[in-house]
Amino acid sequence: MSSTPILEMRGINKSFGAVQVLHSVDFRVYAGEVMALVGDNGAGKSTLVKCVAGIYPMDSGEILFEGAPVHIHGPRDASALGIEIVYQDLALCDNLDIVQNMFLGRENLTSVRTLDEGTMERRARQTLAGLSVRTVKSVRQVVSELSGGQRQTTAIAKAVLWNNRVVLLDEPTAALGVAQTDQVLDLVRRLATNGLGVVLISHNMNDVMKVADRITALYLGKVAAEVKTSEITHAQVVELITAGRTGNIGLKPAEAAQSA
Amino acid sequence: MTEPTPTTPTPAPAPVLANTAAAAAPTEAGFSVDAGATNLKEAFLGYVTRIRGGEVGALPAVAGLVLLLVVFSTTTKIFLTRGNLANLPTQAAPTILIGMGLVFVLLLGEIDLSAGTAAGLASAGMAIAVNFHGNLQTQLKGGMFGAYIVVMVLALIVAARERLWPGVIAIVFGGVVLVTHIGSNQVLAILLAVTTGTSIGILTGFLRARVGIPSFVVTLALFLAWQGVLIQFLGAGNSFPTQRFKTINALENTNISPLWSWVVLIVFVGGYGAFTLYTSIRRRAQQLSAQPVSIVVGRFAILALLGAFSVFFLNKNRNPNKGHVIRGLPWVVLLILIVLVAMTLLLSKTTFGRHLYASGGNAEAARRAGIDVPRMRIAAFGISSSLAAIGGVVLASKQGGVPADAGGGNTLLFAVGAAVVGGTSLFGGRGRVRDAVLGGLVITIIPNGLQLHPNVGASYQYVITGGFLLVAAAVDALSRSRRPT
Ligand SMILES: Nc1ncnc2c1ncn2[C@@H]1O[C@H](COP(=O)(O)OP(=O)(O)OP(=O)(O)O)[C@@H](O)[C@H]1O
Ligand SMILES: [Mg+2]
Repeated sequence: MSSTPILEMRGINKSFGAVQVLHSVDFRVYAGEVMALVGDNGAGKSTLVKCVAGIYPMDSGEILFEGAPVHIHGPRDASALGIEIVYQDLALCDNLDIVQNMFLGRENLTSVRTLDEGTMERRARQTLAGLSVRTVKSVRQVVSELSGGQRQTTAIAKAVLWNNRVVLLDEPTAALGVAQTDQVLDLVRRLATNGLGVVLISHNMNDVMKVADRITALYLGKVAAEVKTSEITHAQVVELITAGRTGNIGLKPAEAAQSA
Repeated sequence: MTEPTPTTPTPAPAPVLANTAAAAAPTEAGFSVDAGATNLKEAFLGYVTRIRGGEVGALPAVAGLVLLLVVFSTTTKIFLTRGNLANLPTQAAPTILIGMGLVFVLLLGEIDLSAGTAAGLASAGMAIAVNFHGNLQTQLKGGMFGAYIVVMVLALIVAARERLWPGVIAIVFGGVVLVTHIGSNQVLAILLAVTTGTSIGILTGFLRARVGIPSFVVTLALFLAWQGVLIQFLGAGNSFPTQRFKTINALENTNISPLWSWVVLIVFVGGYGAFTLYTSIRRRAQQLSAQPVSIVVGRFAILALLGAFSVFFLNKNRNPNKGHVIRGLPWVVLLILIVLVAMTLLLSKTTFGRHLYASGGNAEAARRAGIDVPRMRIAAFGISSSLAAIGGVVLASKQGGVPADAGGGNTLLFAVGAAVVGGTSLFGGRGRVRDAVLGGLVITIIPNGLQLHPNVGASYQYVITGGFLLVAAAVDALSRSRRPT
């Protein structure tokens, strides 16, 4: 495994008004690995993702891409680096169809600079077929007509459509059925095998233990621990999430208590 | 207005999924409707599903039009006469044009209450220019000329900062006409009006998008303000005639020759038919989802039939008195067709249009896709007011001049009504330019038909128009609540 993380965040602080949500968070992802990001509701997982995405400006801290500092001021900066995000709220436009959503902001154009619907539709169908989406009648279906799971799959397809280096998935299986969840976990593994850095946010510890190489646990906006999945048990992860520490791993007792 | 070149590199097609995608046969993927498989039955069922899901499209407006046509033609003798029916397009034109502009603003879930008075003000600029040899400077008293220039310069700065280049070009052009006194030329004077609209719209959009004032308040304030400025422009009670200016007057009061009327029909309807048919066949050949050829041909046939009937009808002399002959397609119909086609292409074939729909559908999602939503807002207001200004020019042509209350009264409300009756949603994200055409016709036929009933007072006009608007808004609201989320 390469020693330089493909994506690294150092000392990230982020407040909303008077409320500090992230406390000097260090976080890294290695190429070819799945990094699980776990933590209780409100721990700050989505906020961290949105800082990488360029949606929220950070108060302080730096982001390194392949070891070099980068400045991400907006979603376009992130995607230019090859960072794709599946948001918890999916961020789809209900009034647009699947293809239009998947290519939003990066439409294929024809030689006269009009929308190249044919190319986009074909690529969308190819990607969805790869995700084994069986229930969508047409890639031209409007998103408002889709079921929750179909939407989630659309959002995932939107992220893996591009030639990425890092993919962050914020609870991508929350609305999915058993078979579809397995599909997505498979995909997550496959993305890593293909050399991407993958971040998986999930509340399902079985899934996390199954696909993640490493786990970063957030506790009230602080990193409680970053551990290899092979070196920790299910129960210990749960303890890290709920108490910020387990045995001699995690925040110092005083720190954990003070945060709480 | 087009987007700047995307900065993101062109990605390779779905690299990580290549293996699996190849393994899964297209049929296995299960896009049963795709891959050119749409037949008539599926298309029809899809249509029914969409209607039941609330995507009613043009249906209510067309139903309303048919209903009104049937009612008025059976209850009055005059309604179906050539002289009366030929009036409809010219009566509807200002409402349609202002309404087409409003569609852009409504698509974002915004409102522009000032479109009417802005249209009046813009047309006043034109009227003063043609009446005073292009010299607005000596005519506009009390610092009004200076204020005019300041507005244009501010709009220019905003447009440049937002990289809205078509807006920049338009405003610079208008500014040149304004300061060099070349607006005695009628075409240039008309363009001065349009670019005045552009400037007003871009400033309105700036106040909404960058300052953050709700559009209802911004445009309510400007609705009042432009009325005052217009009075100041003209001097209270005054009115500047435009009747003796041929080009301006021609828009609403003269017709295209019968032969050229046919040419216009063939170019527009034939072009539409050829384009949609070509698209359908080509997409089918490429295994893409496509509309069945039968539906495309059917739609074209209906349009061609309606168009041919209208032109045939309009090409007959409709002057009941002996003397000179009145016949042919009114010029304003050509103007509306051009704007309709241009704006429809802009909305449906360009990234700008796509991003506008996205911003109206889910602004946060659009932002996360890298779309500059405030910039889209400013552009939408700019386009809206530009089209409103064209509507103002047409209104001046119809009224024979620009009075101090031009574009006031119900002008704006009827234009909003037109868009909404035509099927544009007030909640944003849904609507088309053609909605304003259909809705504008509905809104115009009501007073046209009612005035032929001597025993029905004018008061009914408002009640009935209001009723139609309510029905349209109810359809809109209900269709929204029927959606899954
Ligand atoms: N836009 C915002 N404005 C103010 N506070 C916010 C905002 N977004 C998040 N927060 C706060 O930040 C904290 C962390 O939120 P975040 O969404 O990152 O949690 P999370 O770990 O993703 O939780 P969940 O598992 O429920 O998704 C919460 O206390 C939340 O109330
Ligand atoms: Mg979250």
